[in-house]
Amino acid sequence: MTDSIIRVEDLGKTFRSGSSLSLGKPADEVRAVDGCSFSVNHGETLALVGESGCGKSTLGRLLLRLIDPTAGKIFFENTELTHLPAGRMRDMRRHLQMIFQDPYGSLSPRRTVAQIIAEPLDVFGIVRSRRERRDRVADLMNQVGLSPSFMDRHPRQFSGGQRQRIGIARAIAVDPSFIVADEPVSALDVSVQAQIINLMQDLQRQKNFSFLFIAHDLAVVRHIADRVAVMYLGRIVEIGPKKQIYGMPQHPYTQALLSAAPEPDPDRKARRIILEGDVPSPKRVPSGCSFHTRCPIRQDICSVERPPLREVATGQLAACHFANPFPIPVAKAVPVVPA
Amino acid sequence: MTVPLLKVDNLAVEFGPKANPIRVVDGVSFEIPPAGAVGIVGESGSGKSITSLSILRLISEPPGRIVQGRIEFNGVNLLDLPRSEMPDIRGRDIAMIFQEPMSSLNPVMTIGDQIGEAIKLHEDMPGEKRRERVIEMLRLVGIPDPAGRLDSYPHQFSGGMRQRVMIAMALVCNPKLLIADEPTTALDVTIQAQVLDLMHKLRRTLNTAVLLISHDLGVIADVCERVVVMYAGRVVEEADIRSIFRNPQHPYTRGLLQSIPKLDDDRDRLYQIPGSVPLAGSVKKGCPFYQRCSLRIDKCAQEMPPMFSFGPDQRAACWVTAGQADAKAKEVAL
Repeated sequence: MTDSIIRVEDLGKTFRSGSSLSLGKPADEVRAVDGCSFSVNHGETLALVGESGCGKSTLGRLLLRLIDPTAGKIFFENTELTHLPAGRMRDMRRHLQMIFQDPYGSLSPRRTVAQIIAEPLDVFGIVRSRRERRDRVADLMNQVGLSPSFMDRHPRQFSGGQRQRIGIARAIAVDPSFIVADEPVSALDVSVQAQIINLMQDLQRQKNFSFLFIAHDLAVVRHIADRVAVMYLGRIVEIGPKKQIYGMPQHPYTQALLSAAPEPDPDRKARRIILEGDVPSPKRVPSGCSFHTRCPIRQDICSVERPPLREVATGQLAACHFANPFPIPVAKAVPVVPA
Repeated sequence: MTVPLLKVDNLAVEFGPKANPIRVVDGVSFEIPPAGAVGIVGESGSGKSITSLSILRLISEPPGRIVQGRIEFNGVNLLDLPRSEMPDIRGRDIAMIFQEPMSSLNPVMTIGDQIGEAIKLHEDMPGEKRRERVIEMLRLVGIPDPAGRLDSYPHQFSGGMRQRVMIAMALVCNPKLLIADEPTTALDVTIQAQVLDLMHKLRRTLNTAVLLISHDLGVIADVCERVVVMYAGRVVEEADIRSIFRNPQHPYTRGLLQSIPKLDDDRDRLYQIPGSVPLAGSVKKGCPFYQRCSLRIDKCAQEMPPMFSFGPDQRAACWVTAGQADAKAKEVAL
């Protein structure tokens, strides 16, 4: 019935801090993620972009319930994950895996590569004998372009790119149907980055898993994504097919973000939209549209009323009072039945 | 031909025991004209940061040492100067900003005092005038309400604002050359755009020459007129910005450019350079890129290629492409 593999409704996460020490003062509240609704389709890559502190990593972790949401619902296929008991959640994790940014910090330094990659196989009882286990690890290492002869080495004996391959092998070991990759290439050297991007794309084509790809590099995202969601201060401000987001961005923040990335081309000195000021602290999210403090086209309404995420073109949604909807093609412009 | 402001000639830097040194920078030469902007691009371990630190003689010794070469600033070889004269050069003639503005600022000193200190070190200026100068500088780098922020501490500023403070401190004595080592790498893209815009503005108003060290070809393309491409401690190509991007001659430069995704390309698959960056100093013989090169011939494993000239503005160290360009390419000693 539905194409989506992961769907979230009005998802939110509020962190509270300082309550125990600051007597009498209300606790600090950080709305890291606020009112996010979207879905990821089968076999698709949805990229989540935004600047640091926009909540993209928190959102990625929420989807896998590595942290629990404080509002909203998460569905994996037809199962609601939001309040699933720990035991059943663990079973679900077979289908839900994660690749981390830091290939140095995310692998245990005291374990061998074989132990690291085989851990999910053991947890889910996928292999029965030691022999089968080693065969499976060797097979996985081959798939990610590592020689199985390095199986008994430790992570420190590998370069950053190779470590990221180990992390990928671990993630695909249990044949997941959905992977969250949190900045998987941003810590890598430029020449190694391309290898890892190609590897992830090849694996996705072979195994047909879905990806939530969290990144800040817009050129990388354009290369790898099918659809793109842009986050600002915990909310999705624009989401849509890659071609439309890059070709006709509707939200002024998306436009600024795209124009800000310096292009590796000296003949294209960018006509940059320079945003004023810094990203406000998520502790003090501005009223109305949270982008209004930096928005080049703000009007009075923007500081008062929060714009809803609304469709501005087929499959493209933007949360801006002034996003310009494309003229609806005549054939489709049938009278709307009032709700 | 103009006299270069900075001329680095055949620089080599070694680390580790003298008996068994690791050469992390080898035979590096390039020039920066007055008010020019030159970029050094390279991946981790390429020696780009060590090269920039060597210019100000900031390599800690031991374990490191500059073993060969000249660093001429305005015709004076900085390596000949007694160590005690270097603090006069730093900040006054050549200033430097780093990637992480938080760890480069003193957390227990106010912004005003830190910037003022740079003036105090190099100029005899009464306190009141110094204060005015600091305010003027903060205004120039775009700190809102500069007079009100003088007594603030670094932790009260955001990352982008701290980098502005760093830039203000670096430029307050009007140096001829600003060395910026990955100045925007720790910043978000919209903040990076602000800082790059600021650097353009400052270059126009103050005429400061810039040496920009970065791994990001987009940032380099934005700021620089010439580019030095480093790989495994060596310069593999050096050219004006347009030649580097339009007509690169070293296989590494070519590979690097093809392996980065661009905002307007529709390739299904990225070009990938096989293998990974060698450890600094691990290649002892032949071309350092040999292991990963798609054009390699046997000679490359044996003999380090010299710099060949590919036209007036471009040099690259490759036996194969120099051979292909044959008539035009000739060996040069910079």
